[in-house]
Amino acid sequence: MSVLHFAILLPLLAAPFIPFLFRALKRIHTGWFVLVVPVLLFVYFFRFIGITSAGDVVSETVEWMPSLGINFTAYVDGLGLLFALLITGIGALVVLYSIYYLNKDKESLGHFYVYLLLFMGAMLGVVLSDNMVVMYMFWELTSISSFLLIGYWYEKERSRYGARKSMLITVFGGLSMLGGIVILESIVGSFSIRDMVANQALIAESPFFVAAMILILLGAFTKSAQFPFHIWLPDAMEAPTPVSAYLHSATMVKAGLYLVARMSPVFQESSLWLWIIVTVGTFTLFWGAFNAVKQTDLKGILAFSTVSQLGLIMSLLGLGAAALHYDGIDDNIFMVATIAAIFHLINHATFKGSLFMMVGIVDHETGTRDIRKLGGLMTVMPITFTIAVIGSLSMAGLPPFNGFLSKEMFLKATTKVFSMDFFALDTIGILIPVVAFIASVFTFIYSLIIFTRTFMGKAKFDELPKQPHEAPIGMLIPPAILAILVVVLGFIPNVLSNSLIKPAVESIYPTLVASGQEVKVDIYFWHGPTPELFMTLGIIALGTLMFFMINKWMGIYNRIPNRLTLNGMYDGSLVWSNKAAYRFKDNYMTGFIRSYLIYIFVFMSGMLLFSMWWYDMYNFSFGEMAVITPYEYVLGAVVVLSAFAILFMRSRLPAIILLGVVGYGVALFFVFFEAPDLALTQLVIETVSVALFLLVFYHMPEISKKEARMRFKVGNALVSILVGVTVMMLSFMTLSNKSLSSISEYYKENVYDLAAGKNMVNVVLVDFRGFDTLFEIVVLAVAGFGIYTMIKFRTTQRTKGDGEHEHEAEK
Amino acid sequence: MEIFVSIIIGALTMCAVYMILSKSLLRIIIGTALFSHAAHLLVLTMAGLKTGAAPVLIDGVTDYTDPLPQALVLTAIVISFGVTAFFLVLAYRTYQELNTDNMEEMKGTESND
Repeated sequence: MSVLHFAILLPLLAAPFIPFLFRALKRIHTGWFVLVVPVLLFVYFFRFIGITSAGDVVSETVEWMPSLGINFTAYVDGLGLLFALLITGIGALVVLYSIYYLNKDKESLGHFYVYLLLFMGAMLGVVLSDNMVVMYMFWELTSISSFLLIGYWYEKERSRYGARKSMLITVFGGLSMLGGIVILESIVGSFSIRDMVANQALIAESPFFVAAMILILLGAFTKSAQFPFHIWLPDAMEAPTPVSAYLHSATMVKAGLYLVARMSPVFQESSLWLWIIVTVGTFTLFWGAFNAVKQTDLKGILAFSTVSQLGLIMSLLGLGAAALHYDGIDDNIFMVATIAAIFHLINHATFKGSLFMMVGIVDHETGTRDIRKLGGLMTVMPITFTIAVIGSLSMAGLPPFNGFLSKEMFLKATTKVFSMDFFALDTIGILIPVVAFIASVFTFIYSLIIFTRTFMGKAKFDELPKQPHEAPIGMLIPPAILAILVVVLGFIPNVLSNSLIKPAVESIYPTLVASGQEVKVDIYFWHGPTPELFMTLGIIALGTLMFFMINKWMGIYNRIPNRLTLNGMYDGSLVWSNKAAYRFKDNYMTGFIRSYLIYIFVFMSGMLLFSMWWYDMYNFSFGEMAVITPYEYVLGAVVVLSAFAILFMRSRLPAIILLGVVGYGVALFFVFFEAPDLALTQLVIETVSVALFLLVFYHMPEISKKEARMRFKVGNALVSILVGVTVMMLSFMTLSNKSLSSISEYYKENVYDLAAGKNMVNVVLVDFRGFDTLFEIVVLAVAGFGIYTMIKFRTTQRTKGDGEHEHEAEK
Repeated sequence: MEIFVSIIIGALTMCAVYMILSKSLLRIIIGTALFSHAAHLLVLTMAGLKTGAAPVLIDGVTDYTDPLPQALVLTAIVISFGVTAFFLVLAYRTYQELNTDNMEEMKGTESND
C-alpha cells in the first residue's frame, strides 16, 4: 500500500467520518472539513507534473487477487494525471461553492458530502487504475454515486426519475464495458491496460476485435452522454447545481472520453474505430447544440451544451486516430486533433464549470432558472454577469478566451479530412466539417442566449420568487477562479503545453512516441487567413443573424412528434419491460402450490437423472442380492396395490384404511429386514395415525359427502411417473455403486464397550447420536404445541376470504 | 430382493407424488404419508438388505444388519408422524375456518394477496 494508493482511496476513507462530523459540529458547515480532502490531493498530484512531463510514469501495485490477475495497480501517466488534477481541482472549487450553496440548517449535508467523496474517490480510481477490472469497479461506483447525487432531493419526483434514468443507462454501458474487458482479457491474458496496449497486434488479429471495441465504446458513449444515450444528462440536472458542475460537466461525463483516449492505442488502427467515434461524436455535437437552443431552463441549456461539447471532444479523439495513418509528413496534422481534444477537455471544464456555478448563483439569488422570467440582472449582479459573459463567449469560441483556441483547432482538424485519402474520408468525410460548422452556429446562438436572456433586456424583478442581489463572496470565488483561468489560458495557453497536454497526448500515441516522433504542442492565436478562420467568421455572422431572427425559425422544434423522441422511447420501453416482466412472472407464479411442487419435482428429477447420466451411473451392476421369499412377493404386491388403489378411491374412509394397509405392510417389511425396533415403532405410529385421520374425518362430515373421485390428469401423472422412476433409479444407483464402506462398523464394535448396550439401534439413538434424538423430541414438542394452539386458541368465526390471513398468523 | 424393494419404492413414490399434486388437502396429506414410507424403505435398501441378524448383540453372532440406517429411519418415522399430525390438525382447522379443503379455493382473492 503506497502513498499513491492511499491518495486514491483518501476520499473513500474520509467519507465515513462525514456523518459524525455533521452531527457533532452543527455550527460549522460540514463542507469546510470536506474541502481539506480535494485540496490536499490536488497539491499531492500537482507534484507529479514534473515526473510525467519528463516522460516518466509512476506505477505502484498492491496485490489483491493475484491468482485471477486482478491487482490494484495505481498508474500515473500524463493522461491519468490530467484527469486527477481536474477531479481534485474542480472538486475543491465545487466543495467551496457548495458550502455557500447548500444551507447547513436545511440540507442533510451528511449524506451529500458522503456521496460527493464517494464520487471523488471512485473517479480517481477510474483514471489512475491500470487494471481494467479495478477500473470497472470504480467506474460503476461513479455511476452509483451519480445516482445518489441526482436523487439527493429524493422527495422530488423528477429527481427520482432522473436518478433512475442515469443509473439504467450508465450501468447498461458499464456492463457492456465489462463484457469488452473480459473479451480483451481472453485475448491478451491480462487485465492490465499496458499489457493490452503492448499486445495491440494480437488484439487486432482476433476475431473478437470488433465485438470488444463496440462493447468498450458502449461504456464510453453511455457515460459521456453520446447520442442516442445522451438523454440521461438533461434529466440529471435535477441534482444540486454543485453536483451538475462537478459530475455532469467537468468530470464524470468525461470518464467516457478518458476511456476512449485510454483505449485508443489498442483500437485506433481500425477504420471502424475512427468512423464510429467521429460519426457519433459529430452527430452528438450537432444534436446537443441544436436542442440546447430550444431549452428554457438555464441548466437545460447547459446540459445540452455539455452533451454537444462532449461530442466535440469525442469526434476530435476519433480524428486523432488518423494520425497513425499519416506517415511521412513532419507536421502530423491529426495529432492536432488529439491535442485539441485534450486542450478542449481542460477548457470545457473551466468555462462550463464557471457557467454552471453562475447558473447556480442566479437560481440561488432569484429563485428561478427559467429564462422566460429572468432578465436585466446585469445591474444587480455585475460580477455574476462578468463570469457569465466570459464563460459563454469562450464556449461560443470567441477570442481572446481559451474556447476560441481549441475551437479553431477543432475546425482545423475537421477541414483536414479533405486531405485524407484513406477510409473514404475524402468523400463522405466532407460532411464532417459541414456538420461541425452548423453545430458551431447553434453553439454560438445558445451561448448568446445564456447571458443575454438572463442579464440583459427588460428587468422583471417583481415576477421573480426572490428579490435578486449579488451572491455572497464565497459563492463567487470558485466561478471567478475558473473565469480567470478561461482568460489566462486564452492568453498564455502554452503553460499547459508541455506540462499537461504533451504528456497526455503522448500516452494516447505510445507507438508514435516509441518510433521517435515528437509531440509538438504549440498553441497560438493567429494562424493567418486559414480556412478555420473564415469558418469562425462565418459562424459569428450566421449565428448573430439567426440569433436576432430566432422567433422566425423556432417552429422547427415542434416538428418531431413526442412519441418518436428518444425520451418517449425510453419511457415506453420502461413501461413495456415492466408489463412484459409481469406477464412472464404471472405465467409461472400461479399462486397454486401445485405448480410450485411440479417445478420442484421436475427440477429435482431432472438434476438427478442428468447427473447420473453425466457421471455414467446407468451401468447398473448388482452384486449379490438378498433372496426373496414368497411371503415378500405377496407383501410387496399388497403394498403396491393398496397404494395404487388409494388413487381410485371415491370416498376417503377406504383411502385411509388403504393407507393403513400400506403402513402395516411397510412394518412387516421391517420385520423381514431384521429391524424389530422399526417394525414396532411403525406399528404403533401407523395405528395412531389412522386413528387421527379418522378423527379428523369425523369432524369433516360435509366434505366427505360431496366427495368425488379424483379426475385423472395427464400432467400430474407424467410428473409422478418421472419422480417415481427417478427414485427407483437412485435406489439402483446406490445399490450398484458402493464406493464407500459403511461407517456402521464403528457402532457394531463399540456399542457394548462404550455404551454398555446390546441393542445397537437404541444405543445409536440415545447415546452415539443423542443430540439427533434430542432435537427430534424438540420437533415433536413444537408440533405438539402447534397442534395444541391450533385447537385451543380458536378465534371467532370470520367471514370467508379474510380467514386465511388470520390463520397464517395463528400458525 | 433389493431390486424388488426398489420397484416398490418407485411405485409408492409415484402414487405419493400424484396424491400431493391433487387439489384436496387431505389427499395431499395422504400423499406425504406415502412419501415418507417410500423414503424409509429407500434408506434401508441403500444400505443393503438382510445382511445379517437383527442388530442386537448376541454371543456367537458376528454378522448384523447395518444399525445406522435403522436408527435414522426410526427418527424419521417419529418425525413424519409429528408432521402428519400437525398437518392433519392444520387441515381440520383450515376446513373449519374456510369451509373447504380445496387448495385452489384457498388461494384467496386478489385483494387478499
